[in-house]
Amino acid sequence: MKILVPVKRVVDAYVKIRVKPDGSGLELANVKMSINPFDEIAIEEAVRLKEKGLATEVVVVSVGPAKSQEALRSAMAIGGDRGILVETAETDVIEPLAVAKILKAIADIEKPALVLMGKQAIDDDCNQTGQMLAALLGWPQGTFASKIAIDGGVIHVTREVDGGLETVKLKTPAIVTTDLRLNEPRYPTLPNIMKAKKKPLEIKTAADYGVNLAPRLKVLKTTEPPVRKAGIKVGSVAELVAKLKTDAGVL
Amino acid sequence: MPTYKAPLRDMRFVLYELMNSEKLPELPGYEEFTRDLVDPILEEAAKMCEEVLQPLNRSGDEEGCRLENGVVYTPKGFKEAYKQYCDGGWNSIACDPELGGQGMPKIVCTVIEEMMCSANLSFGLYPGLTYGAYVALKGFGTDHQKATYLPNMVTGKWSGTMCLTEPHCGTDLGMLRTSAKPQGDGSYQITGTKIFISAGEHDLTENIIHLVLARLPGAPSGTKGISLFLVPKFLVKDDGSLGARNGVSCGSIEHKMGIKASATCVMNFDNATGWLVGSANKGMQAMFTMMNAERISVGMQGLGIGEVAYQNATAYAKDRIQGRSLSGVKDPAKPADPIIVHPDVRRMLLTQRAYVEGCRALAAWAGEMLDISGHHPDPKTRQEADDFVALVTPIVKALITDLGYEAANIGIQVYGGHGYIREWGMEQFVRDCRIAQIYEGTNGVQALDLVGRKMPANFGRNLRQFFHPVADYIEGHQHNEQMVEFIGPLAKSFGRLQQATGAIAQRGMARPDEAGAAATEYLRLFGLTALAYLWARMAEVALAKIAAGGDADSDGFYKHKVLTARFYYERILPETSSLLSKIMAGGKTMMAFEEAAF
Repeated sequence: MKILVPVKRVVDAYVKIRVKPDGSGLELANVKMSINPFDEIAIEEAVRLKEKGLATEVVVVSVGPAKSQEALRSAMAIGGDRGILVETAETDVIEPLAVAKILKAIADIEKPALVLMGKQAIDDDCNQTGQMLAALLGWPQGTFASKIAIDGGVIHVTREVDGGLETVKLKTPAIVTTDLRLNEPRYPTLPNIMKAKKKPLEIKTAADYGVNLAPRLKVLKTTEPPVRKAGIKVGSVAELVAKLKTDAGVL
Repeated sequence: MPTYKAPLRDMRFVLYELMNSEKLPELPGYEEFTRDLVDPILEEAAKMCEEVLQPLNRSGDEEGCRLENGVVYTPKGFKEAYKQYCDGGWNSIACDPELGGQGMPKIVCTVIEEMMCSANLSFGLYPGLTYGAYVALKGFGTDHQKATYLPNMVTGKWSGTMCLTEPHCGTDLGMLRTSAKPQGDGSYQITGTKIFISAGEHDLTENIIHLVLARLPGAPSGTKGISLFLVPKFLVKDDGSLGARNGVSCGSIEHKMGIKASATCVMNFDNATGWLVGSANKGMQAMFTMMNAERISVGMQGLGIGEVAYQNATAYAKDRIQGRSLSGVKDPAKPADPIIVHPDVRRMLLTQRAYVEGCRALAAWAGEMLDISGHHPDPKTRQEADDFVALVTPIVKALITDLGYEAANIGIQVYGGHGYIREWGMEQFVRDCRIAQIYEGTNGVQALDLVGRKMPANFGRNLRQFFHPVADYIEGHQHNEQMVEFIGPLAKSFGRLQQATGAIAQRGMARPDEAGAAATEYLRLFGLTALAYLWARMAEVALAKIAAGGDADSDGFYKHKVLTARFYYERILPETSSLLSKIMAGGKTMMAFEEAAF
């Protein structure tokens, strides 16, 4: 079974994001970037499946600027076998639909039995690419996975949903998107980091797959969330209820 | 509880903007270490230090090591962390690839060592000692010894120690008494007591390989009669498996001021079986090979502690609200302003920062020269780099541990009363750092090494490796408008250093006590001048980036680099003036004091 794992290079989870003064977007120069944490969970799961003998090859793919090679090398240090970078310009705005179309084209060529990917990227939090890809391929999907069990050609995916846990059964080929509790990614070992540098990495463009990257959405403005105002102390329960009714208007 | 984030941005600045690490792959043996490999290695090292080692720092200090029936137990979590550390391949970063190591450049290793020391100094000592023993054994062991012991020391399955000190002799190893009796089968029986043995006994590894200094029968007295022996805790059978327990045991562990999670042992050798490493009576030579590498590592301990103290003091100063700014309210929404508004708090934080970033640059300079001395194809270039390393080793060790200690102490001061309370973790940094000024040769001994050995060595050839680049830099930049504020004071301090060097050389010749009396101040004068040179270069790099415009400085990194350089020049470098006065005052007054009057 071949597994395809798409990964995205995003602003590191611990970086405090700043909006550009002109509101045209986020300040990305000199900001620490990392592999999207949900994608890291996806690659870890794929590698575990390979270590259990359930998968034969793990192919990692990224759509983004040249520096996305770093994310691919990180994924290969965890255990991905080879990488594909669909290189875009630094200034390109890449939307989930375009990524899903590229991934579809790659899936058509690579013919994986499973596409394992993060449920969302922590930069735009779209949570769309996996679902769109499933629709484009016409494959079943199991999103927000907290557990994956493979039994022959059937994948049992335990999903984290509002009401609790739900288990779905998918026939391969399928799409599974990962949630936070699926696993805890390993620390890549030093020898594996060094080996990752030598693993094959193919560089492609969106045009190679016949995909037009032109955005379909328009960003009007980017702003910081409003600063929270200081709270007040109330003297009694009655006063609290009154304020909730009149000032806050929530009761 | 203190936290730690590896200062990767500054580390990359030092490696790739100040130093020439981009060129590392040009050195034979380092072909692989291009920036796209070094970067992810540093990221992963940072993760390991921040997430695995740092969380055990405070608990390790509180719990300490414990000795029960001859067995030493390390604090909770150390065993698991050590396994993770070794499984990750971190134990062997500096070791030879042919033995299973990673063969990483020294300059990269020093950066990783700094991170480990910031995260958990006690933990770092266990693999650190193994590496010291590895270096000595690799340099002087027989092929059979190397094949038997080194591979497991590289993986971390076995650890190593260096057994030098005895109850009556530390600095003066010439007095040591541990004896080695030939057994006729090529082995020796080692008998004696060693103290202050870091990692002498512990529960992290299956076997411990002790390298022990001892005397053969009839050996000459003093340091010329000392030999080095290998004494394993468990004898190793021909097939590599572990055999009988050897006659070496831990008598007690020391109760120390700091590095409490590092087991400091009294080791008793009782007719223990050992083998000679290197030639008879040439043990000191092997030991010094190890010692020079270790001294640079000890410098990294001062640097690591200084950095983590700075990080936490900064966080506290931004968070702690108390009183109002002298120049008017800064945060009206809160009942008081954060203490970082106060000039005196800023003075403390910037002193820490200027020390730490300057020392990081100095360590990297030494690291780069170590790489050149070990790997450059041209013998002359290698020799020059080697001369430089020999010269700066005592400075790296003593200056960085002194400044690291000062930085840690400032950390307490920024926290006020809370700095004195254990729970906040700031006092641990001071206690842990304190030993770095003492072991591997006290800082006083380092200063004597500088004036007594390194300064006159090769008729001053070593000195030239520092004096020439600094003189050239001053010469080349004196008409640079932007650099005027740095080059003037640098030239002045450099002049003081030259004056002091001449005076000590002249007076020391006639009266050795004069050189001794000047040594500590001289080392500091030398060190502060070296940092001034590096700060000027860092300011130059930063100014160029700012001038280039664009979003190169969108995060203000370069702007604040220049400001820190300026702070160093305004507030720290002037100390060289008083140092020169002290040096020139000479040692007569001290020596005139009668012993009985002390």
